[in-house]
Amino acid sequence: MAFRPPHEIYARRFGRNVGVAVLLVGFVALVFALTVVKVTRGDPMKGFDHVIEPTMVPDPGKTP
Amino acid sequence: MAETRIFDGAPEAGFGDYVQLLKPRVMSLVVFTALVGLLVAPVRLHPVEAFAAILFIALGAGAAGALNMWWDADIDAMMKRTRGRPVPSGRVTGSEALGVGMALSGISVVMLGLATNLVAAGLLAFTIFFYAVVYSMGLKRITPQNIVIGGAAGAFPPMIGWVAATGSVSLEAVLMFAVIFMWTPPHFWALALFMKEDYHTAGVPMLTVTHGRRVTRVHVLVYAVLLAPVAIWAAATSLGGPFTMAVSIGLSLWFVKGGFDIWRRDETMAEADKYAVEKAFFRFSLLYLFVIFAAYLVEAALKLNGLGGW
Repeated sequence: MAFRPPHEIYARRFGRNVGVAVLLVGFVALVFALTVVKVTRGDPMKGFDHVIEPTMVPDPGKTP
Repeated sequence: MAETRIFDGAPEAGFGDYVQLLKPRVMSLVVFTALVGLLVAPVRLHPVEAFAAILFIALGAGAAGALNMWWDADIDAMMKRTRGRPVPSGRVTGSEALGVGMALSGISVVMLGLATNLVAAGLLAFTIFFYAVVYSMGLKRITPQNIVIGGAAGAFPPMIGWVAATGSVSLEAVLMFAVIFMWTPPHFWALALFMKEDYHTAGVPMLTVTHGRRVTRVHVLVYAVLLAPVAIWAAATSLGGPFTMAVSIGLSLWFVKGGFDIWRRDETMAEADKYAVEKAFFRFSLLYLFVIFAAYLVEAALKLNGLGGW
């Protein structure tokens, strides 16, 4: 089976496609980096879970 | 099989055309002022968070720019300076610009909220709304004070940067806003005095057209005089110190003198030297804003080393 030559749109849109690819990879890298920073610092993310996490609820008897 | 090609006249948009939709030159100013607002704040963000905050503030500003290009395509097509923009030149369709603007607005606001805090995200959303709806759709074509209103949108970035770091609006953030807010009208009206753009063809009420050049010169002076106390007040807060105060007083006096020189002249004098004074004032106004904000940054760096500050 012979391959057909690629459609000219691949050559024409090459610049746009590369640009979008770079943006998406950069976005994924940024979200990953933000996640690493926030998780390693221990931001109170468990507080947003479906179940109340007793350790995350401020104790009214103590000043934070 | 014969290949079918359709040529509709307009060249196809490249990646750069979508970048042009975001008004990269405006974005560079947004990046600078937002970065200053974020760095002079008393709370330190992690560098990754700070980078994300600046990126998404700039992206939000770009989204507002894309929405503006979608709405203003009819005006842009009529003026020489803006005729080559992606939408009026036909490389990007209006609905594509609308789509890019709406999508980037949502992404930038949500991501700023996740990276920093919801107050900063709310302010960014309000800024986009203010620029795209209140300014572009509402007041730009109605009132010659459009520059003043548009200036408010440009004044938000340092405040958002500050709030991204601290989580709340404080006096310093409001004063950084006020400095840019008061600075924008004299900056643009000086430009309008010598650019003589075809705003009247496009039906945009510029002060030079609606009220004449004499009134515009008075406005430049009045705003320059009003800007000085704001800039000096900002230097008297925790933003400043002796160094910033000296810079602010010196530059503001020079700015008022420039406004006075513009006010003193009439059109015959300006025509005679090809608007030299107006052009010099415009160039100086760019330097003014840059140096004042750089001074806040220098003062913050001095404070870290036990110098500077009040």
